Amino acid sequence: MSTTRPGTVTGGPRTRTPSPGRPSVTRGQGAVVCAVSLGGGAGAAARYGAGLLWPTPAGAFPWTTLLINAVGCALIGVLLVAIGELAAPHRLLRPFLGTGVLGGFTTFSTYTVDVQRLIEGGHVATALAYLAGTLVAALATVLVAATATKAFLLRRRTR
Amino acid sequence: MNWLLVVAGAMAGAPLRYLTDRAVQSRHDSVFPWGTFAVNVAGSLILGVLTAAAPSPWQLLLGTGLCGALTTYSTFSYETLVLAREGGRGYAAANVILSVVCGLGAAFAGVALGRALWG
Repeated sequence: MSTTRPGTVTGGPRTRTPSPGRPSVTRGQGAVVCAVSLGGGAGAAARYGAGLLWPTPAGAFPWTTLLINAVGCALIGVLLVAIGELAAPHRLLRPFLGTGVLGGFTTFSTYTVDVQRLIEGGHVATALAYLAGTLVAALATVLVAATATKAFLLRRRTR
Repeated sequence: MNWLLVVAGAMAGAPLRYLTDRAVQSRHDSVFPWGTFAVNVAGSLILGVLTAAAPSPWQLLLGTGLCGALTTYSTFSYETLVLAREGGRGYAAANVILSVVCGLGAAFAGVALGRALWG
C-alpha cells in the first residue's frame, strides 16, 4: 500500500485517493477515539449515579433506565440538529457529546436484559409495558427534540 | 472503587462502539445502521451472560460500564428518525423491530449461555 499522499508530487500524476466509502477504520482517529472514550466514561458515570439515586427493586418497572434513555434521546435530538446548523463545529464536539457522553449515558443492553428478567420473573405485563414504553418515549422525545430545535434555530436565523 | 470500575469499562465500551460502527459501515453502502444494530445485539448478549454468572465487580466493569457504553439507545433512536425521513418508514420500522427482537433474543441467549457455562 502506498503511503504517498495524493497531489504532493508536483507535476506527477495524482495517486488514486482512497474510496470515500471505504475509509480506514482507525487511521487518524486517535483524538476522536479519546474524545469518545472520555465522553463515554462521563455518560456512564451519570447513568450509574442515577441508578444509585433511584434504584429499581426486583420485579418493578425500571423507571430509572426508561427516563435515562428518554432524556438521552431528547438531548441527542437537540445536539445533532444544533451541530448540523453550526457553520464550523469543532470536529470533536459530536464524538465527545453525541457518541461519547450520550452514547455512554443511554443503554440498549440494560433495556433488553431488564425485559428478559421481568419475563423470567413472571412480570410479563410489566415487561411488555416497559418494552413498548421505552420505545415510544425514546422515539417521541428524539422526534420532538429534533423538530423543536430545528424550528427554534430557523426562527432565530430569520429574525 | 465501584465508580472507577464503571468508568473504566465505559471508557473502553464507548470507543469500541465507535470503531465497530466505522468498521461495519465502511463495509457496505446500505442506509441501514448495521453498526449500531451490531453493538446493541452483541452488548445484550454479553450483558445476558454476565448477569447470569459474573460476580459483582465484573458486573460493574463489564456490565454497567462496558456493555452499558457499548450499546446505545440515543443513537438507535436518532438513526431511526433519520431513516424515517430519508430512507422511508419501512426501513425505520425494520430497524426498530429487528433491533428489539434480536436484542431481546440475544439477552435470552446470553442468560442461557451464562447458566450453561457457570450455573
